[in-house]
Amino acid sequence: MNAQAHITPQQALTVRNLHKRFGNVEVLKGISLTANEGDVVSILGSSGSGKSTLLRCINLLEVPDSGEVTVGDETIRMQQARDGKSRPADQAQVERIRSRLGMVFQSFNLWSHKTILENIIEAPVHVQKRPRRECIEEAEALLAKVGIAEKRDHYPSHLSGGQQQRAAIARALAMRPKVMLFDEPTSALDPELVGEVLRVMRGLAEEGRTMLVVTHEMGFARDVSSRVIFLHKGLVEEDGRPQDVFVNAKSERFNQFIKG
Amino acid sequence: MNQPGFLDIISFGPGGWGAALLTGAMMTILIAISGFAIGSVIGTFGAWAKVSGGKTIRFIADGYTTVLRGIPDLLVIYLFYFGGSAAVTAIGRFFGSDGFIGFPGFLAGALAVGITSGAQQTEVFRGAFKAVHRGEIEAAIACGMSRGLRFRRIIAPLTVRHALPGMGNVWQVVLKESALVSITGVVELLRQAQIGAGSTGMPFNFYVVAGATYLAISTLSGALLQRSERHFSRGVRRN
Repeated sequence: MNAQAHITPQQALTVRNLHKRFGNVEVLKGISLTANEGDVVSILGSSGSGKSTLLRCINLLEVPDSGEVTVGDETIRMQQARDGKSRPADQAQVERIRSRLGMVFQSFNLWSHKTILENIIEAPVHVQKRPRRECIEEAEALLAKVGIAEKRDHYPSHLSGGQQQRAAIARALAMRPKVMLFDEPTSALDPELVGEVLRVMRGLAEEGRTMLVVTHEMGFARDVSSRVIFLHKGLVEEDGRPQDVFVNAKSERFNQFIKG
Repeated sequence: MNQPGFLDIISFGPGGWGAALLTGAMMTILIAISGFAIGSVIGTFGAWAKVSGGKTIRFIADGYTTVLRGIPDLLVIYLFYFGGSAAVTAIGRFFGSDGFIGFPGFLAGALAVGITSGAQQTEVFRGAFKAVHRGEIEAAIACGMSRGLRFRRIIAPLTVRHALPGMGNVWQVVLKESALVSITGVVELLRQAQIGAGSTGMPFNFYVVAGATYLAISTLSGALLQRSERHFSRGVRRN
């Protein structure tokens, strides 16, 4: 046995007992998960299972009602407001942690008044305060990596959906994030454009990036991810390696889900 | 000199009214710009109050826009001018001066125009903010931007894109409203034309010149506005 096997893997992201309700609907009923560095976790579930909400609670786009989120070794501090609602205790801490989580949205959400290059260097220059020159060089390298180097000075509206999503991935990578969060990254794309985005994501997985991917792409979940989590009605119903869960899942619902 | 010709009115030579009318036009532009600037600042806060303020703040903002859009602008100018004068006179009396002290007409006018146009700007900005794609703001939140940075780099430019046509309307209204300020004794374009009309007995000529000048100002500013609309709409696909 080699020495590396004894090193415990570093935890990149930990979620403990997350609860979230919207009005009377409890969307997350106590979700816990851990992603180690290099893990690619696919989060599956039918619509309404809470998978997008889970992702949005991790970077506090939605504020969870209770539970803990830890990125690296830093746990987001929460407090109870006077009205009983939970809210972050330290906004600056939340902003710092968000900058370590690269988020890719279903609808791309590139800033429409900025060119592709400007989109990519925006946060590195203004949030991380890195030198502009350096950010531009890195942005150009990222654009080449996702295969749209020639779109550098175009505005988002002039790109196809697949190109926009790849630009959005480059924008997230430019922050040198600890964990990448993908919220249904291919769901808004025409079928013929899905492949180019999945290829980029597969490349990132092979580089050893830590990724949480909410997706409907069974092929990606089975072939690329190192872990699959199946959510059902706000709870983790199945959690395991793809080669295990896709062959014999404990959960009957998951079996039904993958049979479609 | 009796009965000057039409060209004498706009000439800049001795006996001509050109210089006086031009000064009046400058005053009109100054009032309009000041009022518009004050209105834009008020509008920004008003829209913020309506969009993300608490119950009380929203109530105050609603009250402000309802009241100011519901009473005549002339009345607002009166309130500021006479109200301001009464206040200044009372303060003067406290410090031992007696007699009426007039509130500066320019200040009263600019404030009145600013506060009335602020109510319109509030609605313009609020509507424009609502037209901004939510996802673009979420992307700014998600990459760790602070509130201030988000507003400056993302929300403001995207809001202005949608607000510019409405702001253009407000500017035209403000420009015309500036004429009402003449009642406080500020010699702007309309007041100057009145003076000229009175002293030469040729009202029609003076008012035509004044009208043409207003038209020139609004046409010129309309062109400027179109240029800035193009600037802020960069990246918007035209189909």
